[in-house]
Amino acid sequence: MLSIKKLSVSVEDKEIIRDLSFNLAPGTVCALMGPNGSGKSTLANALAGHPDYKLSGSVVFDRKNLLEMAINERALEGLFLAFQSPVAIPGVNNLVFLQTLYNNLRKHRNQEPLDATDFIQYVNQCAKQVGLDASFWSRGVNDDFSGGEKKRNDLLQMLLMDPKLMVLDEIDSGLDVDALKKVATIVNQMRKEGKSFILITHYQRLLDYIRPDEIHVMSKGRIVSSGDYSLVSKIEKEGYGWLETVS
Amino acid sequence: MPEKSVVDQHLESEYQHGFVTHVAQDVLSKGLDESVVRWISKEKNEPEFLLKYRLNAFEYWKSLQPPNWAKLKINEIDFQAISYYAAPKGKPTYNSLSEVDPELLRTYERLGIPLHEQKKLAGVAVDAVFDSVSVATTYKETLKKHGVIFCSFSEAAVKYPELVKKYLGRVVPYRDNFFAALNSAVFSDGSFVYIPKGVRCPMELSTYFRINSMHTGQFERTLIIAEPGSYVSYLEGCTAPMRDENQLHAAVVELVAHEHATIKYATVQNWYPGDKEGKGGIYNFVTKRGRCEGRSAKITWTQVETGSAITWKYPSVILKGDDSVGEFYSVAVTKNHQQADTGSKMIHIGKNTRSMIVSKGISAGVSSNSYRGQVVVRQTAKGARNYTQCDSLLVGSNCHANTYPYIDVKQRNSQVEHEATTAKIDEQQLFYCMQRGLTEEEALPLIVNGFCREVFEKLPMEFAAEVKQLMELTLENSIG
Repeated sequence: MLSIKKLSVSVEDKEIIRDLSFNLAPGTVCALMGPNGSGKSTLANALAGHPDYKLSGSVVFDRKNLLEMAINERALEGLFLAFQSPVAIPGVNNLVFLQTLYNNLRKHRNQEPLDATDFIQYVNQCAKQVGLDASFWSRGVNDDFSGGEKKRNDLLQMLLMDPKLMVLDEIDSGLDVDALKKVATIVNQMRKEGKSFILITHYQRLLDYIRPDEIHVMSKGRIVSSGDYSLVSKIEKEGYGWLETVS
Repeated sequence: MPEKSVVDQHLESEYQHGFVTHVAQDVLSKGLDESVVRWISKEKNEPEFLLKYRLNAFEYWKSLQPPNWAKLKINEIDFQAISYYAAPKGKPTYNSLSEVDPELLRTYERLGIPLHEQKKLAGVAVDAVFDSVSVATTYKETLKKHGVIFCSFSEAAVKYPELVKKYLGRVVPYRDNFFAALNSAVFSDGSFVYIPKGVRCPMELSTYFRINSMHTGQFERTLIIAEPGSYVSYLEGCTAPMRDENQLHAAVVELVAHEHATIKYATVQNWYPGDKEGKGGIYNFVTKRGRCEGRSAKITWTQVETGSAITWKYPSVILKGDDSVGEFYSVAVTKNHQQADTGSKMIHIGKNTRSMIVSKGISAGVSSNSYRGQVVVRQTAKGARNYTQCDSLLVGSNCHANTYPYIDVKQRNSQVEHEATTAKIDEQQLFYCMQRGLTEEEALPLIVNGFCREVFEKLPMEFAAEVKQLMELTLENSIG
């Protein structure tokens, strides 16, 4: 699904990620952990094509050269990023926004657009899975949403876009236990369908609900340790202090 | 010349209404002197008082110099190089649509304004003004049943001279400014609306202005009178062909709202803005003012300004009646070399008068977009309140946004608030939309439409979709 080789990412000539490589097979979940400032969110944004970042190395996504794809093309071809702090777009009606991006995707897939009635039915169905309801439709996109509501709105967009690879950047921050369980249900269902996930997190709690196939620990822009679930409990117990000795 | 045609197509895609209608026309030869003023008045069979009004205005205008205080770069206008009257050949006034040249009807159809009885817009009465004359007004009979008068200004001058005499120049006297004086001398046509006491106008009224002829100025005059307790919602739309020259459009609009009457006046202005290099386009120099004459009268101006090479207008409200309300909601978009200097004036005279100004300026390319507003609270205006909010959005880094608020308060017991923001288009918002599959070109109008929502909500529902689409077209290719 995803193959990253010797990826370096810099912003304004400052290198943030250096020589990073890993693979992610279809239907697998990897967790990306590491201290603040280790480059996890940078990696997420760089994969999505954020214009501030300069990249070198190679990234193959679903047999395509990701680095040559436009931002929206990556999204339409199935790469989804759930943002650490989703931005608000005041004045843009949330339902209209959701319908716009959904029908835009359908167009890309040569499907007929859904009309308002059909779409509302569909979006309500998806919303149930993430714990949102129709009271969020008439508001601006993420406008005056709480932290958790923003995350749910991002997850709703994820369900609508039905991507192949999803990067969830600290999806567990701001979500209560019930919401976390909902996320886990969605992720676990989708991985069965062959979808892949990169979970960026600081906490074991999320990984108790979603057992990752692999853990990568980042520090100072590199992967310094990879392993299975046992790495999580080590981090939970010892923190990241031991990284100093590894790197 | 394959290259040329590619360029032409490109321009065509950017301005959708740039075509020219080929109909036989009577065009007055260029130049302006007293004989022109007399000729126009005679052509329209105007009553004596109107000719006198025009001549007085013309005398006064001759004593004036064009103003230069706005933040605008204006090529000098040669007032002798303009024709002051152009009309499709034939009868000066039409009694029915069957007398109108079918080519003209097709023009309006192409612009999305069908005038035929069977095709006309549902719930919207339209007065179509082509260069200097009104060619058709729909739903006249329906409106008549309610006592509402909706006709061309020329028709009103002949049929309802007492009303015209009573109100003409009452809100915008010809001495008001250079272009108001010029308009008062040579105005050719426009719309006239009269809503009788206690009547709620049963449909939207709308005037569609079209400039077609070359070297012609359009000087229209609109007068709306709302008697006590009445209500009317009115919308004007404007387009013009693409031409290399700058054409002058100097209109005057006067609104009078009596006790407990409400007038909502909306404008969707999409005159030809000139080409990418700033060549050609309409000079849109307009004086619009309303007067809340009686207690609890209300006047709301809503404008969406996307066209014109230069826009220079300040729709205003004189709040004379106690408890009267004035509102101004504006979206002004400039791109390429367009310039806009626009805003509002709210003059508080009556007690507890309230006013609200919401202005959204969007600048792209190398354009310049200024908000200029004045809030005056006279000593008599005890308890007056104003709230002004000006937001500017910059697209790209070569454009300008300016805010010039003038506040003049003579009454202690009043409240005036002004808030202003200027921001560049939010890169995070763009990235967010693009990560959800939209291109930058698709994301930008979405975000800008959101930025303008407070204003768009004030537009009549029939036109909301049209405006959204207009914004998308206007912002096409504006990132760079």
